[in-house]
Amino acid sequence: MTVDEWLATAIADAERRGLAALKPLLETLARATKTLRAADFNDHPEK
Amino acid sequence: MTIEEFARRLRAHEITSEQVTDECLHRIDAENSRLNAFILVMADEARQQARDADGELAAGRDRGPLHGVPISLKDLLDVKGVPTTAASRVREGHVAASDAAAVAHLRQAGAVLIGKTNLHEFAFGTTNEDSAFGPARNPFDPSRSPGGSSGGSAASVAAGMALATIGSDTGGSIRIPAAACGIVGLKPSFGDVSLDGVVPLSHTFDHLGPLAQTVADAAFVYHALLGDAPAALPAPRPVIGLRFAVPRRYFCDLLDDDVRARFEGTIERLRSAGARVDDIDIHHATDIAAVYLHISLADAAAYHAPMLERHPELYSEAVRLRLEMGRYVLAEDYVRAMAGREVLRREVDAALGQHDALLLPTLPIPAPQIGASTVQVGRATEPVRNMMLRLTQLFNITGHPAVSLPMGHTAAGLPCGAQLVGARHETDALIRTALATESYITGAPSPRSGFVGG
Repeated sequence: MTVDEWLATAIADAERRGLAALKPLLETLARATKTLRAADFNDHPEK
Repeated sequence: MTIEEFARRLRAHEITSEQVTDECLHRIDAENSRLNAFILVMADEARQQARDADGELAAGRDRGPLHGVPISLKDLLDVKGVPTTAASRVREGHVAASDAAAVAHLRQAGAVLIGKTNLHEFAFGTTNEDSAFGPARNPFDPSRSPGGSSGGSAASVAAGMALATIGSDTGGSIRIPAAACGIVGLKPSFGDVSLDGVVPLSHTFDHLGPLAQTVADAAFVYHALLGDAPAALPAPRPVIGLRFAVPRRYFCDLLDDDVRARFEGTIERLRSAGARVDDIDIHHATDIAAVYLHISLADAAAYHAPMLERHPELYSEAVRLRLEMGRYVLAEDYVRAMAGREVLRREVDAALGQHDALLLPTLPIPAPQIGASTVQVGRATEPVRNMMLRLTQLFNITGHPAVSLPMGHTAAGLPCGAQLVGARHETDALIRTALATESYITGAPSPRSGFVGG
């Protein structure tokens, strides 16, 4: 799941749960997740 | 009055524990409505403990440096028979069945437990604004935050309501309020101090430690928390030849002008005294916030999920939303963050392989206004929360011991703090370095006499 796909799913789920106010926090988390996934310490099969 | 001064005067029969405890209680009566530092004042119990301490000393039993010393406790620590609120309505009706391990050690050391202090709800914040008991306030300017999450604890010491206090530190919650309130805050090495009987925030990052007026006082309380009451402190290291590493990139990129000036002045004083100060780089510094966020949010969400399902309305809105955010962290990203933690730990270890301590500011800004969501730093407008955690959270990720020392004041009279970071599992070595450098960081002579009682 890409970060953008995760974010769309998470926002939809939060709205379904009556937590629309979570949207800006989830967007903050998504930016942090992109930073985390881009870090050079991550291991992956092509490495 | 410092703990050292108290100890000397107590044994010289110039004061009694009961007198000093009463002075602290009077100060609480006078100031707590303004500062909201205490959630619970245990006046009757404290007076009885003080009388007992005086009686023991008169009978020849000396428990050591904390004998008869009035100490406050962050209201995350269990004290048998009284509520542990964590500053949350979620905990209404809770009464602790037994003392936290740290509290039991303080009792054994003869401390007088004067009351329980305000905090950011469940320690999940850096300003102390979100508390079921209202915000704690900064003694230097009550319109400002005392820092957090141990804000009431720091305010209690800075305002003379207690001689020392116990806080917890998950991203900086001992060091941040210590810096904001102009006192010393010690986060020991991860695992040093037992967390039994302490409401958790993050099992990966939680630490317990002291806030006090001086490094010596913090060292005495730290040892009491370990169940150890030494009669004398470790000797300070000579400043000549001490090697400090300053991580410039990232850590010094965004600093308030007054904080930067105080920090550069500290470096000059240390160099003039014969210390070596080198610039170093933490290669993955820009990944710190992302690593911290994914682990701390996941830990906090795991603990709070059942209550978030049953009684979400009992949390303050801001804390509830941040806890809910943690429930969306993916397992694969948590694993990446844990890998990043190891990388960062190795980088700090490597920096300390060539140096006695890292040296950096504790807070990049002075205490923010209560209610502010952003703060101006030079030309940048930054979220307050990001600024508060920016320079401290790395050492919760890595577990290295870190101590915040007062570093003078801004032009507006608000305290600044500098942070020393030592090798893992070497908290006493960090204390020795801090004892040696305290006066160079504060810019003023430090009151040290060396405890000789017990």
